[in-house]
Amino acid sequence: MEKILQGNYAIARGAWEAGVRVACAYPGTPSSEILTALSQEYKEDVLTEWSPNEKVALEVAIGASFAGARAMASMKHVGLNVASDPFMTVSYTGVKGGLVVVVADDPSSHSSQNEQDSRHWARFGKVPMLEPSDSQECKEFTKLAFELSEEFDTPVLVRTETRVAHSFSPVKLGERKESHTPLGLDKKDAPKYTMVPIYVRVRRKIVEERMKKLEEFTNEFKYNTVEMNDPRIGVITSGVCYNYTKEVFPEYSYLKLGMIWPLPKKLISEFSRKVKKIIIVEQLDPFLETEIRAMGIKIFHGKDVIPNHYELSPEIVERALKGKKYKPPKIRVHTEGLPPRPPNLCSGCSHRALFYAIKRLGLFTFGDIGCYTLATAPPLNAIHSTICMGAGVGGAFGAMKVLGKEGLGKCCAVIGDSTFLHAGIPPLMDIVYNKGNSTTIILDNQTTGMTGLQEHPGTGYTVTGDPTHRINFEELARALGVKHIRKVDPYNLKETMEVIKEEVERDEPSVIITVNSPCMLHRREKRKFEHPFYKVLTEKCRGCGLCLEAGCPAISWREVTEEESLTQDGHKRKGVVQINRLQCPGCGLCSQICKFEAIVPGEA
Amino acid sequence: MEERVTNVLLSGVGGQGTILASDILCSVFHEMGYDVKKSEVHGMAQRGGDVTTHFRFGKKVYSPLIKYGEVDYLVSMELLEGLRYINWLKREGKVLLNLQEIFPPAVNLGKMKYPEDIVSQFKKYFNGRVYPIQGLNLAIQCGDPRAANIVILGAFSTFFEFPEEVWERNLLSHLPPKIHELNLKAFRAGRGAMS
Repeated sequence: MEKILQGNYAIARGAWEAGVRVACAYPGTPSSEILTALSQEYKEDVLTEWSPNEKVALEVAIGASFAGARAMASMKHVGLNVASDPFMTVSYTGVKGGLVVVVADDPSSHSSQNEQDSRHWARFGKVPMLEPSDSQECKEFTKLAFELSEEFDTPVLVRTETRVAHSFSPVKLGERKESHTPLGLDKKDAPKYTMVPIYVRVRRKIVEERMKKLEEFTNEFKYNTVEMNDPRIGVITSGVCYNYTKEVFPEYSYLKLGMIWPLPKKLISEFSRKVKKIIIVEQLDPFLETEIRAMGIKIFHGKDVIPNHYELSPEIVERALKGKKYKPPKIRVHTEGLPPRPPNLCSGCSHRALFYAIKRLGLFTFGDIGCYTLATAPPLNAIHSTICMGAGVGGAFGAMKVLGKEGLGKCCAVIGDSTFLHAGIPPLMDIVYNKGNSTTIILDNQTTGMTGLQEHPGTGYTVTGDPTHRINFEELARALGVKHIRKVDPYNLKETMEVIKEEVERDEPSVIITVNSPCMLHRREKRKFEHPFYKVLTEKCRGCGLCLEAGCPAISWREVTEEESLTQDGHKRKGVVQINRLQCPGCGLCSQICKFEAIVPGEA
Repeated sequence: MEERVTNVLLSGVGGQGTILASDILCSVFHEMGYDVKKSEVHGMAQRGGDVTTHFRFGKKVYSPLIKYGEVDYLVSMELLEGLRYINWLKREGKVLLNLQEIFPPAVNLGKMKYPEDIVSQFKKYFNGRVYPIQGLNLAIQCGDPRAANIVILGAFSTFFEFPEEVWERNLLSHLPPKIHELNLKAFRAGRGAMS
């Protein structure tokens, strides 16, 4: 049977067919749907969990593997940074049940804080890496990854990127086969599983021997394929880059690598002898190119013409390889001058209300990773910096260390509920332990919003929807030693501003938690607003534009004609604002901002 | 089946259902025996940003992305989001436009103007192959403005001589039963708008 599957769903299917028993992940674009698929479609056979972060996800998967089960951890590229500690060492111990780590890159950084190239982890960690090019290969390669993991006693990386993870194409479905590895922990085998120096040195050599065996294997690997066409040009490529290049240059010869680490050096040498000129097409860093050049093979084109940043496309590959012969399509309209449409916080979003308060207070905000990074955009312009998960909490503390008392009242850290549980606890502990005075604002929208509404330890539900213990942020902060913990309803602007002002001026650590502020897209939790929508009393609106500073998508400005150029009470105006009733959920923030009582509740 | 791959670029604003429409296209063309590929960007798209989906079908499809300038059908759920991709069309391309305007932030703030005469800008280059549809109004008439995407899908379906039953079955298989009737109505309204 054939079915159209998204790359991530195909990976889930491949893992299921391979008999995976435990799958763990922390959501991250473009990898999140792997665990969603496993938890929804295969929950009878697979124990799934949203882990608090990627490090925990991988550690749980490692434990499951040591107990004999096939196990998988999936994450986005920056997630593997978080999980890198267990990753680098499980390479030494190897596995018992097959262990697969899926890492999804995001070239062009569609939804990420950087565009790092995860292939380096394979070389760095001495772990084999497979790279599928479409959904069918996502399924096949994931299955194979489990087999290779057990055969070579190694974790195996499967690397995707946005256009593989989030593309859809037909997949031939197979049946589930349980693994033959017996369940249960091995009798004490410290030299294999306990990485203390004496055993590390033993395993270190085994890792090198394993990589040699894998290199022999990959020279014969059936998914490293040679397509001989025109012998004048041979392209060495992998993953989605194969598809882009094949699309524009079907006449060239190809060596398509399914396994990109270790490299099949013999196969590459043979291919390079069969063709006149070698071109290497790869996204991001010159990973293949560096290695192949080091083999002494002459490269005709690689990163000299192919960009080393942003994602590639058929057009970019064509332009790069054709050079001056490339003819761009006709420009009909100069579209770069059109009004852009960046993503925005939803209308009614509690983050808007909170960040509007911060903007009014003029604070330097150390932001974090989540929807609320959108508050950096105009007109809110309310974030000073964003680095990675959890970095805001420690960042604000670091800045306050330098600013001393001068910094009081000037900065704060802002972090989402899911992000706080992922990586915000240790830095909050640090603030208390090392006698800091910074303020941490936890934006509790009761879900992992930006990645598509996943559960986390603070929602009270597991990935499969089972009720579970719900972390209480207040108790948690108190346990860490924070004495000043405030709760605010962000939709109450005056109170929110007062509370934030008091806490950022306080010369002690403090935490502010937003309450009754679920994500507007939340399926279970809904904020009940007092009024169904708000409307503008046009006769009163002075067109000052203050409400527009909140950046709500439901509010817009229009110029007025001569007849409308005065308000009811005789004030001159150039325009008025209007509220789109279909988009307004009635949060009432704009009405609190308006100084002229021109925005009032509407009636259903 | 002809060798050539056909390229459909769907564009719209996050929340308009562009992705659902393209999911249905995928199933229909696959059922009709084509190789299909579809690519979209997730993540921040549902926060009101622009959304595009590349849908390609043919005997064998390699790239999940359409090459710039090679679009056969531009299907836009929103006028400005249509205009943004005008240069992606082939000379002989066809354009299906939902006559709906959703203001982006810079327009809401009064800093930029929403472009005027988008339909005539298209007609200048693609005269006779521009299909403006009152998707939103038709959807409201059917009972829910959110079904505008399905109205547009219905209109798009008339470009191909596939059995109507195949379209409608695949449409319904992507939707919960309680909104089947509404969406069938919307789909048929879209087909009707093209006749």
